[in-house]
Amino acid sequence: MSVANRTPQETRKLVEASLGKRGRAERRFHAYGMLGVIVGLSFLAYFFATIINDGSSAFFQTHIKLNIEFDRDVIDPRRSNDPGVWAKANYATLVKNSVLEIFPDVSGRRDQKKLRQLVSNGAPFELQAMLVKDPELLGRTVEVWLPTDDEVDMFFKGKIDRELPEERRRVKDQQIGWIDVLENEGLLQRKFNRRFFTAGDSRDPEMAGIWSAMKGSFFMLLVTFFIAFPLGVAAAIYLEEFAPRNRWIDLLEVNINNLAAVPSIIYGLLGLAVFINFMGLPRSAPLVGGLVLALMTLPIIIIAGRSAIRAVPPSIREAALGLGASDVQTVFHHVLPLAMPGLMTGAIIGMARALGETAPLLMIGMVAFIVEVPGTPFDPSTALPVQVYLWADSPERAFVERTAAAIMVLLFFLLVMNGLAVWLRQRYERRW
Amino acid sequence: MRLSTIILVLAAIAVASFFIGRQRAVSSVGGARQIRELHSLPGYYGYLTAVWAVLPALTLLSVWMIFADQVIVSKVVAELPFSYQTMSASEMNLVINDISNLAGGNIASGEPAAEISAAVDRYIGLRYSSMWLVALLCIVTAFAGLVIAYLRIHPQQRARNSVETLVRIGLVLASSIAVLTTIGIVASVLFEAIRFFEEVSITDFLFGLTWSPQTAIRADQVGSSGAFGAVPLFVGTMLISFIAMCVAAPVGLLVAIYLAEYATKSIRKTAKPILEVLAGIPTVVYGYFAAITVAPLIRDLGESIGLEVASESALTAGLVMGVMIIPFVSSLSDDVINSVPQSLRDGSYGLGATRSETIKRVILPAALPGIVSAMLLAVSRAIGETMIVVMAAGLSAKLTINPLEAVTTVTVQIVTLLVGDQEFDSAKTLAAFGLGLTLLLVTLVLNVIALQIVRKYREDYD
Repeated sequence: MSVANRTPQETRKLVEASLGKRGRAERRFHAYGMLGVIVGLSFLAYFFATIINDGSSAFFQTHIKLNIEFDRDVIDPRRSNDPGVWAKANYATLVKNSVLEIFPDVSGRRDQKKLRQLVSNGAPFELQAMLVKDPELLGRTVEVWLPTDDEVDMFFKGKIDRELPEERRRVKDQQIGWIDVLENEGLLQRKFNRRFFTAGDSRDPEMAGIWSAMKGSFFMLLVTFFIAFPLGVAAAIYLEEFAPRNRWIDLLEVNINNLAAVPSIIYGLLGLAVFINFMGLPRSAPLVGGLVLALMTLPIIIIAGRSAIRAVPPSIREAALGLGASDVQTVFHHVLPLAMPGLMTGAIIGMARALGETAPLLMIGMVAFIVEVPGTPFDPSTALPVQVYLWADSPERAFVERTAAAIMVLLFFLLVMNGLAVWLRQRYERRW
Repeated sequence: MRLSTIILVLAAIAVASFFIGRQRAVSSVGGARQIRELHSLPGYYGYLTAVWAVLPALTLLSVWMIFADQVIVSKVVAELPFSYQTMSASEMNLVINDISNLAGGNIASGEPAAEISAAVDRYIGLRYSSMWLVALLCIVTAFAGLVIAYLRIHPQQRARNSVETLVRIGLVLASSIAVLTTIGIVASVLFEAIRFFEEVSITDFLFGLTWSPQTAIRADQVGSSGAFGAVPLFVGTMLISFIAMCVAAPVGLLVAIYLAEYATKSIRKTAKPILEVLAGIPTVVYGYFAAITVAPLIRDLGESIGLEVASESALTAGLVMGVMIIPFVSSLSDDVINSVPQSLRDGSYGLGATRSETIKRVILPAALPGIVSAMLLAVSRAIGETMIVVMAAGLSAKLTINPLEAVTTVTVQIVTLLVGDQEFDSAKTLAAFGLGLTLLLVTLVLNVIALQIVRKYREDYD
């Protein structure tokens, strides 16, 4: 029976019969949509939960309380009284002596070595720094909280299962026995991990910190901002206010849009070929990283800047021109100040992108193992995301939590920057 | 005399010239009360004077910065004893490196020879005197510029017009940086890629089935012939991108539909920015997540149902990458769906269609070109994504489409070829640029097609 021959009653019946099915289809589709959103949100929640769960323990480090005797016979046996000699002394012996004091009955070189390994390899350097800072300590015995070895730290934090067979963990049964004794006597304690925020990279997880990476990132963003922001704003002004409408300008616009879509790793290749091989700028320096990231963020800033300038109503321009301002004066005295919040928002979002970018930095050699904290943008350095990449690759168990903690710091900065952008937009955005 | 000092001095001169020029303009008409006799506001005369003072000096300084080192090195080299003059270019480079390292106060390997020490002293001396010379020249030029500008100031001078012309030139130059960047990208990638294709033929590269970029360092070395067939990389890249799109396309589209058509205003206002947080997370963080959390999860899951999953499986990288792209797809599709005019929806509802019927039969067809272009852009993002695959995908170039095995991608290979030792003329490092060129071309073509689709099939409803 064709549609045309149906009576209204038949049609009505048909429609009514289909209503239930259509209603179910409708509800199903609605549920799918909701499911999509829930999948996205729950992934985000899972993601943050994992990172925080993995990383928060890294902000605390297990320390051991030792009575360190700054023994003259060890530090300055010839009584030279020369701080240069003190600096070169064997501080590991001091650590060993004081651990042996707690466990006097441990004998034999191998056992003593295992005992000493409970304390971090970096502990002697800490003692050295203490003595350099305060020469009065020589010959005295002081109570010091020193960081433990990373494996002890992991065990103490419960990240290594005690029930695991001995050959599958790096903390041995004998050491676990000592750790239990120390814990019962209150000599092991978790303390705030100051080094994580003040030290450079290290092969020993307990001594490794993100300060050098943070400073490297800071220098890089500084270079990026001072190059990309003025250039980006100037280009946006030109394209919005002065550019003639012709094919060249169309081409330029297409070009800028395409640049925004070029994969970031290609910018790394550009940096390697042009800045390092051709111009001979130093490898691993934040300067080069900043230049590459500036070129990368430039399109973002230009595109955001153009829409901020376009949002300033023509009436403002007409009023200024009507009062006799030249077109350059109109733009710089009236349009630009009104567009500034939008321009800043775009710049901050661009900077946030630049802060999280890793791939181009790998190309220009910012993956080096850098212990020293860089003092200028010309010194070799890493960046925060590169540090995350390096640590994520490290085999030590303790670097996992440090990686996650570095990610938390990185995300914190991104959150602050994006929050600032949102605040700027809400505080200063005007509807005309 | 350091570079920063010269620049600071020039800056001080600029500030001083501004005030001098402005003052001169005011006094040229006989004081501040007659200022209306001036063609431009007094500040413009100041700016113009400052530009005259600093611009030539800065040009001089940058020319010096570009050429000084080359000139000094060539002078030092020319004075080395005869035995050095017959050296090959690469040996010479080593010597020059040693000299500049020693001059920079770095410790070179071993005790330097007497003639090298002499060259180092010469180098330091030349650099020192050239620094002073350029500083002096800069300051003289600056003062000369200042004087010329000062003398030219008179009430009828069109100072504002000159300054504004300069500003416009500056704006044009700033815009041309974008073009220069493009040229730089294309040139740097292209030139090295051409050098690569001189050693390896394009057909071998594009259609070869084995990828093992280790070239022999010594002629008699075993097992390192070096094969540059990139098909396994292309397949690996496509496999991971395909898995990513399998996650991102449906979820992203559903999210966009839900937020645009079903969600109440308050849900939309909260859910949209929260989901966009996903887009703001750095890719290295996704990489960590894939390698540390998702990979073991998938491996255990596979083991529990009796499947063998590589710990660096394509599946892991693809899934995590898919999650990364969700907000990209959803926000682009959201824009497209929102731009479908309300009258189409009203017409459909008026004919008795339910919401889902309206979406499926009216809105999606109308928004299709935009959605297709969003998907293409997402694919181009997935292909160019680096950190997730570097951290979670494998290194071995295996030709397979089994998502449970480890594959490698174009971006992973670029990174592994260029990180570490840097011999710039070996086929191994040049191969990275060949891959880079391919990557650049593919992403560009995808973008152009995406834009073309929108332009060609967009319907104007108004």
